[in-house]
Amino acid sequence: MSVPFDLPTIAGPAAEGRLRRVWSEFAESRTAVVALAVVILLIVVALAAPLIAPQNPYDLAQLSIMDNKLPPGTRGFDGRLYILGTDDQGRDMLSAILYGLRLSLFVGLAATAIALAIGTVVGVVSAYVGGRLDAFLMRLVDIQLSFPAILIALVLVAILGKGVDKVVIALVSVQWAYYARTIRSSALIERRREYIEAARGLALPHSRIVFRHLLPNAFTPIIVVAAVQFAHAIVLEATLSFLGVGVPITEPSLGLLIANGYSYMLSGSTWLSVYPGVALVIAIVAINLVADRLRDVMNPRLRL
Amino acid sequence: MLAFLFRRFGQGLLVVAVMATLVFLGVYALGNPIDILISPEADQREREEAIIRLGLDQPLWVQFGLFVKSALAGNLGTSFVHGVPAIDLIVSRMPATLELALVALVFAVVVGITAGLIAGLKPRSLVGRGIMAGSILGFSVPNFWLGLMLILLFAVELKIMPAGGRGETRAFLGIQWSLLTVDGLHHLILPALTLGIYKASFIARVAYAGTREVLLQDYVRFARAKGLSQRRIVGVHVLKSIMIPVVTVIGLEFGSMIAFAVVTETVFAWPGMGKLLIDSIYRLDRPVIVAYLMVVVVMFVVINFAVDVLYTVLDPRVRVTREV
Repeated sequence: MSVPFDLPTIAGPAAEGRLRRVWSEFAESRTAVVALAVVILLIVVALAAPLIAPQNPYDLAQLSIMDNKLPPGTRGFDGRLYILGTDDQGRDMLSAILYGLRLSLFVGLAATAIALAIGTVVGVVSAYVGGRLDAFLMRLVDIQLSFPAILIALVLVAILGKGVDKVVIALVSVQWAYYARTIRSSALIERRREYIEAARGLALPHSRIVFRHLLPNAFTPIIVVAAVQFAHAIVLEATLSFLGVGVPITEPSLGLLIANGYSYMLSGSTWLSVYPGVALVIAIVAINLVADRLRDVMNPRLRL
Repeated sequence: MLAFLFRRFGQGLLVVAVMATLVFLGVYALGNPIDILISPEADQREREEAIIRLGLDQPLWVQFGLFVKSALAGNLGTSFVHGVPAIDLIVSRMPATLELALVALVFAVVVGITAGLIAGLKPRSLVGRGIMAGSILGFSVPNFWLGLMLILLFAVELKIMPAGGRGETRAFLGIQWSLLTVDGLHHLILPALTLGIYKASFIARVAYAGTREVLLQDYVRFARAKGLSQRRIVGVHVLKSIMIPVVTVIGLEFGSMIAFAVVTETVFAWPGMGKLLIDSIYRLDRPVIVAYLMVVVVMFVVINFAVDVLYTVLDPRVRVTREV
């Protein structure tokens, strides 16, 4: 390290005051606040699923096959109440949905976090280095974004095989490009600012300039993209699982629950696909509403 | 203009080449190509014959040359399950998918633009707010679940719509179309609705934003001041300028409709390319997967190229700007 002093004050305009302003503006929309509360509630419920679910849907010993395909609100053989009914193996649907939600949210969060990390680093480095590397990476992003996410993900899981980890890999491969493109364009603007010039003038190491100065200031637009892509990742996972190429049957996500229910839907056991779908839609709508509001607050230029 | 199109065309060819390489690497290098290209039911002698016939004993770069050569000749392998050239299989299923995507696209464009325009003109009214709230719901509901719920409502409960299949078809230009019969159209409504609602919501949002922006422009104010009727202002001035973003969206969305048709076709047992892809994935019919990918890549490149051409015609500014 050849830098004798630290530069905490050159961190640009990113500061706590801005966060507070964002929140107070965000809170102006009551819908958005309710949506955010729903998102947080769902995450808490998903985390607490093993504690609050009436039964463990993976534990076959707790299932009673005599109670199979009971409609919602009926009592089972041993007098237990099934609020959302049971599936073809006598599994309590409420428990299955809670565990399914847990898996769906986990896959969505994991994919979003990893894709965000990869995409952000690629994008910010691409913008900072520029030249051939930048041209190459962005052409790659262009090509990837010209194909629909569902198609790329489908083909990847078809090659990789089933499994929670495989689905996460497929989702990350699909989504990193959105982050890379977004952060690159905001980093290109920040790069020309004086504080970067100052940092360069002080001969700070490139890695320090990129990660301590450029990245924090170029990061804001990524938050909106991450919210949108989080919802998207959940939908993609559900779709892959519905198609039978996503998570394995032993760990049903919401999409797989819907697929299982689909086979009994035409014979009248409609609740098997309806309720997992309702849970899925509530989660996605809530996340999308939050994302929509975030976009309004963070990009005043786009506000109409 | 011509130079721009040439450059775009060159880029398109490059994309096809890159994707062909990726598909080749994915199928030939990552997995065991023998398992992928030779039917699992083949016995030992058949396997050895096939290995020599397919050149799998050759080094990778020789194999790549062979793959490119046969792909250029239109030969992408033979389906294990159906025993016919994979490319023929894809082409025979293509009309069903194109038909579905086209009807869904028309629905999405008409509904999307109308709804977006209405909401954009009266953003504070109940209708306007309702449309925008509905559009969030529209692109939040997963495609496959929407299809299931439509089947549940219209086919199981109300019994007024068929739950799946293509219905009666009629030949036109040697191809079977559902569009040409009443029964076929009846079968087409629910899948097209399922496929179209997401895009309709998306287009509605684009049209809404466009309308609100255009209404603030000087030329619209001037048209108002000149005393032009609301109908003329909206029908000519507003509609024309919101069409530019919408056309791009349409072009790109048509491609993604073909991809999303994979889901819709599975739900409605619609015998298109997408259902073929899913069936082939289940049955490990890899030549068909490869052929599907190559056909879709070429289709996408063609669509993107067409959008570029249309864009240059619609918006002269694009012609001079170079990509950053």
